[in-house]
Amino acid sequence: MSTENPVLKVDSLVVETDSKDPKQILKGISFEIQPGETLCLVGESGSGKSVSSLTTMGLLPQGALRAAGGRILLDGEDLLQASPKRISELRGSRMAMIFQEPMTALNPVLTVGRQLDEVLACHTSEPANKRRERVLDALEQVHLPDIERMYDSYPHQLSGGQRQRIMIAMALLLKPKLLIADEPTTALDVTTQHQILKLIRELQEKHGTAVLFITHDMGVVADIAHRVCVMHFGVIVEQGEVKQILSNPQKQYTRDLLSAVPSLTPREARALRGPRLVLDVAELVKEYAPPRSLLSWFKKPKAGTKAVNNISFKLYEGRTLGIVGESGSGKSTLARCVMRLIDPTDGVIRVDGQQISGLTAVGLKPHRHRIQMIFQDPYRSLNPRRTVGDSLIEGPMNYGAQREAALGRAAELLQLVGLPADAIDRFPHQFSGGQRQRIAIARALAMEPDVIVADEAVSALDVSVQAQVLALLDDIQERLGIAVLFITHDLRVAAQICDDVLVMQRGKVVEYGPASDVLGNPSAEYTRQLIEVAPGRSWDFANFSPAS
Amino acid sequence: MHAQTVSTEMPASRGIHKLMSKVFRVRPKTATIIAATILLLIVLMAIFAPMIATHDPVELSPANRLQGMSAEHLLGTDAYGRDLFSRVVYGAQVSLTVGLGVAFLCVLIGLPLGLLTGYFRTLDAILMRFMDGLMAIPGILAAIAIVSLTSANLWTLMVAIMVPEIPQIVRLVRSQVLATREEAFVEAAVLMGTPTRTILWRHLMPNTFAPLIVQCTYICAAAILTEATLSFLGVGLSSETPTWGNIMSEGRIYFQLNPSMILWAGLLLSLCILSVNLLGDAARDALDPKMKRREG
Repeated sequence: MSTENPVLKVDSLVVETDSKDPKQILKGISFEIQPGETLCLVGESGSGKSVSSLTTMGLLPQGALRAAGGRILLDGEDLLQASPKRISELRGSRMAMIFQEPMTALNPVLTVGRQLDEVLACHTSEPANKRRERVLDALEQVHLPDIERMYDSYPHQLSGGQRQRIMIAMALLLKPKLLIADEPTTALDVTTQHQILKLIRELQEKHGTAVLFITHDMGVVADIAHRVCVMHFGVIVEQGEVKQILSNPQKQYTRDLLSAVPSLTPREARALRGPRLVLDVAELVKEYAPPRSLLSWFKKPKAGTKAVNNISFKLYEGRTLGIVGESGSGKSTLARCVMRLIDPTDGVIRVDGQQISGLTAVGLKPHRHRIQMIFQDPYRSLNPRRTVGDSLIEGPMNYGAQREAALGRAAELLQLVGLPADAIDRFPHQFSGGQRQRIAIARALAMEPDVIVADEAVSALDVSVQAQVLALLDDIQERLGIAVLFITHDLRVAAQICDDVLVMQRGKVVEYGPASDVLGNPSAEYTRQLIEVAPGRSWDFANFSPAS
Repeated sequence: MHAQTVSTEMPASRGIHKLMSKVFRVRPKTATIIAATILLLIVLMAIFAPMIATHDPVELSPANRLQGMSAEHLLGTDAYGRDLFSRVVYGAQVSLTVGLGVAFLCVLIGLPLGLLTGYFRTLDAILMRFMDGLMAIPGILAAIAIVSLTSANLWTLMVAIMVPEIPQIVRLVRSQVLATREEAFVEAAVLMGTPTRTILWRHLMPNTFAPLIVQCTYICAAAILTEATLSFLGVGLSSETPTWGNIMSEGRIYFQLNPSMILWAGLLLSLCILSVNLLGDAARDALDPKMKRREG
């Protein structure tokens, strides 16, 4: 294989911070990609995988990072020596990139067609009608419906998946030899992700494009890669054929990374801990009224949008109920209704027998502490200006605890979530994402709740950290008997932590039952589809073997 | 003399440099250092005016009216024979008092209003329309109207200048609150049963400080200018109290006889406003969250 001419050859590339005492971000990495091959750079955050792609495209942030050594050969031409003008010529024509966030990668004030046309206008001298033909052809190739209308659409009129298709069409317009895809499906739902991965693969086979695919998701790797480079702290730990890496990893880091990927096979439901029904939600509805204007006085009233439509479930002490769904399914709205952060339109919420729906802010206060929340983004859920200790004792002190006693309890809780006792005097920015999520858990526990609502609580974390936080939640639940309402889009996580699962689609319940039934033997078509498109379904990562 | 000023200024500016790198955590630009030095000198001049001034600034001396520069009267005398140099020195007191006073009063009133309108949507709908109304009136006209209706003392003057500036503060604080109240840590506080006043005080207010400081410097500069304008138009403080505005107003008829009549007051006013604005820019650069993120 290596006898062929590689499209991209990166040779002991060093990238460091552009400052007085430079810190190495990439410590001499080497890899190459053959025509028609997909190479996955996989690693956790901070491993340097994105920096590698940005260096190749000549897009390193000026004044912050610079390439300090090595070579990047695109078709034998060293990109690090090339002039900015030459790099700009090569971008688009010989190499192209698609980004993680399709919302921000397109200019919102220009039509999609204009933006695609611009690429051709910059790089070719074809007449306008010829260019239009080529753009329409490109839109056709990425399987967009109604391409004439798409041509004249603005980005906001398209869905996330459609936008990512446009980005791919744009990247492939000039038939580049190298396509760099930096987490192109991370912001998308699994169904859309599945389609986009299929599309990239199809176009690759058609045009023989080499793809450098950057991802943190081992499932995606298993689905799309030919070869894999595992990165860790700016070093390539291991590289090889995808089969070999997944089935017989040589390095401990790779083994740990693969073992941390949660399995899709649901765990055995635990025995019922007690008969106490701690959260009872019945026929909950949240309807958003349609926008009103003066004219609407004269028109027929429009129906509102039901973000949560008639949802009922029961949660017993010590159990975990997973609410699973794609974006827009209403799972977060449901959580916020249950927490009474927003007021439900209709329905009943009972926490440990006490009805909390319909209570006023004052009436609600004595019951607030029984149900607590862990948020998705650990960087935004702690006030950056307050010490960890202050954040932890805020709640208990609101309910009349003495400062000294509350601080003592906070120290215990920090120990419980696996943080050193001296963390109490430090500020959130001194902690990593995973540690902050532990602090957030400790903060929720400080209120001695009956129920914890975890809204995508591990989605922003790396898979190894994710595994640790999930284990911690499990352990705490075991010890304290707290019930958890776990909201996630990730079926793998749901399979590992939930006793029961409720699948939502467009505000409605699709399926509700024990996890082993819902995920192991789904009865609803939608659930089956969700499981089918989960990335890496065919591989059992923890056991380094194909899934049975 | 020239060499002397240079040699005395060097260590001072180095000291300021150090202090400012501590305060702002970034290396200040040269322009910032110069601005800070100028402003410091003007502040010192205002504080030590009784020692610096050579004469009583209000002492009339009709025999010595409209004299040119001399050793006795460094900048000459005005139409009533008052010493111009002393008047210019004392003028700094009024300008700085008005500038700082208005900025302080604006925050005192605007910050709570902004916090409340940002958090309570019903209040927001009512109060912000009132603020829109206030903003629709040209600031200087409103100030003239308020001063004309009352007697022109320092307090009414400050209130008159402050009123048109308040909506700016309210809008700024409100926008910060609107953005911050969506943050998860504020929702977490709600869930922990933290009372609303504590949420406002503890979680929302500190986040408004950085843009507030920047806005204050601009308001301070604008207030100094408005005060001078009002005095120049003759609706400010009575001409007995020396201000840079009324010095220029009285001097404008005679400035062909003696340019010092308006030159120095005007120059100091310009320098003062320029310095405050430059410091505001520096504060904005230093307090910008993006800069901070890059720092650490």
